[in-house]
Amino acid sequence: MSAYDQVKLARHPKRLTSRQIISKIFPDFLELKGDRNYGDDPSIVGGIASFNGVPVTVIGQEKGIDTQDKIKHNFGMPHPEGYRKALRLMKQAEKFQRPVITFIDTPGAYPGVGAEARGQAQAIAMNLKEMMGLKTTIIVVVLSEGGSGGALAIGVGDEILMFEHAIYAILSPEGFASILYKDSSKAKEAAELMKITAHDLKEMGIIDSIIKEGPGLHEDADVGLSQLSLALKDALLRQSMKPIRRKLMARYQKFRSIGAFVEGKEDEYTN
Amino acid sequence: MNFVDKHKKRLAEVASQTIKTKLNTPVDIPDGVFVKCEQCEASLYERVVKQNNHVCPVCQNHFRIDVDTRLRMTIDEGSFKELDEFLMSTNPLHMPGYEKKLIVARNITKRNNAFVSGAATIAGIEVAIGVLDSYFMMGSMGSVVGEKVTRLIEFAIKETLPLIIFSASGGARMQEGILSLMQMAKTSAALHKLNIQGGLFISVMTHPTTGGVAASFASLGDINIAEMSSLIGFAGPRVIKQTIQQELPEGFQTAEFQLDHGQVDLVVHRQDMKKTLFHILKLHQGGLYERL
Repeated sequence: MSAYDQVKLARHPKRLTSRQIISKIFPDFLELKGDRNYGDDPSIVGGIASFNGVPVTVIGQEKGIDTQDKIKHNFGMPHPEGYRKALRLMKQAEKFQRPVITFIDTPGAYPGVGAEARGQAQAIAMNLKEMMGLKTTIIVVVLSEGGSGGALAIGVGDEILMFEHAIYAILSPEGFASILYKDSSKAKEAAELMKITAHDLKEMGIIDSIIKEGPGLHEDADVGLSQLSLALKDALLRQSMKPIRRKLMARYQKFRSIGAFVEGKEDEYTN
Repeated sequence: MNFVDKHKKRLAEVASQTIKTKLNTPVDIPDGVFVKCEQCEASLYERVVKQNNHVCPVCQNHFRIDVDTRLRMTIDEGSFKELDEFLMSTNPLHMPGYEKKLIVARNITKRNNAFVSGAATIAGIEVAIGVLDSYFMMGSMGSVVGEKVTRLIEFAIKETLPLIIFSASGGARMQEGILSLMQMAKTSAALHKLNIQGGLFISVMTHPTTGGVAASFASLGDINIAEMSSLIGFAGPRVIKQTIQQELPEGFQTAEFQLDHGQVDLVVHRQDMKKTLFHILKLHQGGLYERL
């Protein structure tokens, strides 16, 4: 399967959205709204639920199901109040010592006047910083489409899981092609170069594990859902055994070590 | 039209341009000739512009300056001790054309990478300081910039120094894909550590500060300063215009817009930058920064 076929699968209209996944995995999910500053952003849903009898906080980017619903959820493109709501719920989880589970599914942050006026750069940056120090477990699941800073804003955690047919990228292949080739129709070529599939990202050490989908979340979700359930159970168990100090150090190190460069000559400080 | 209106109109014009057009037309100032201000189109004697901190005396448009000029204007002469100057990008995703772009950037800037960092003093106060180089691939953040910013923050923590970073960036370095995206998390993580220590971070956003740099360390200062007439925002104006299919409001994403919307503490004219930094540093002496 080519990388662009994966892109198409990740965006498949029949693929389950965050809310659909949440309702299956966390039947007692209670949605909590609002950032307490400006409003409620339907592009990011969040709330509390139980998982295997343990309370958890669940946050997911929601693209919407039919046309009306998609418009309501702004096609999964969050505004600053969405990131701020997510952070509020994460701080709440920290207070009550609940693990946080996030689902990434967004083409990216919304490029709009209001989003800029209300400080979307600051909102994303603040989440990155605060999630790094959040004193409770964070498990991130890349559900379908992980696009740019909008995805990363709920993407810092102790374990990053990714569905087999999801993609995770700095920018959409279309956007990338229009920058690199000045031609957005070359998205297919761009997708190949960008290394955005679960397999590529696992190899690069960006994600920790791949959740198998069987026939695919767009065809028959049962396999994917049970695999997700198992993967979450494992990850939560693993993380629950780590003392918080060690967990935070490992979380820092996980992101600290990402990058490719050469060091021509050591200077005195780095010795 | 009075001066203020004129200034506002010019700022709106700048905002409506794309970052790229602006960066593709650098203001070269060879000795002894006239230069044209790209904003008000006044013909200016280059010596006058230089003496005026590379600011147009007619409309106050701040011309783009290189890292050496920035450091000269900001820190005490001879006080700079550079760190990590030999870090260089690789081409981890094997993007066609990336190596060539890097070579061109190195030739233009005579440096290995897009972020210059080190220790220096500002009116006698020791600081850790970094400057993003907009002449090096638009100051975009890939692995090397992310690593160097992180190392500078770690240096500030280790040596207990106040941290100052001048940003000027088109955003994440697209050629390094997801690795560039992750540098946002990495640099923000390091700032979280600085926070725990109680260290001071002054972020200075200069023209332009956008994308992944704006949405990570540049927005996380204890004090955020915008240099006058800079473009600051996450999404570029062209992308927003395409999305909303409308004209952008006047003065959108200017430094003054960010001030009005509560995103920065101060908008500072270049001629007052060193004074302002010193003022802030002085008010943070004692406590963590007690010197024996």
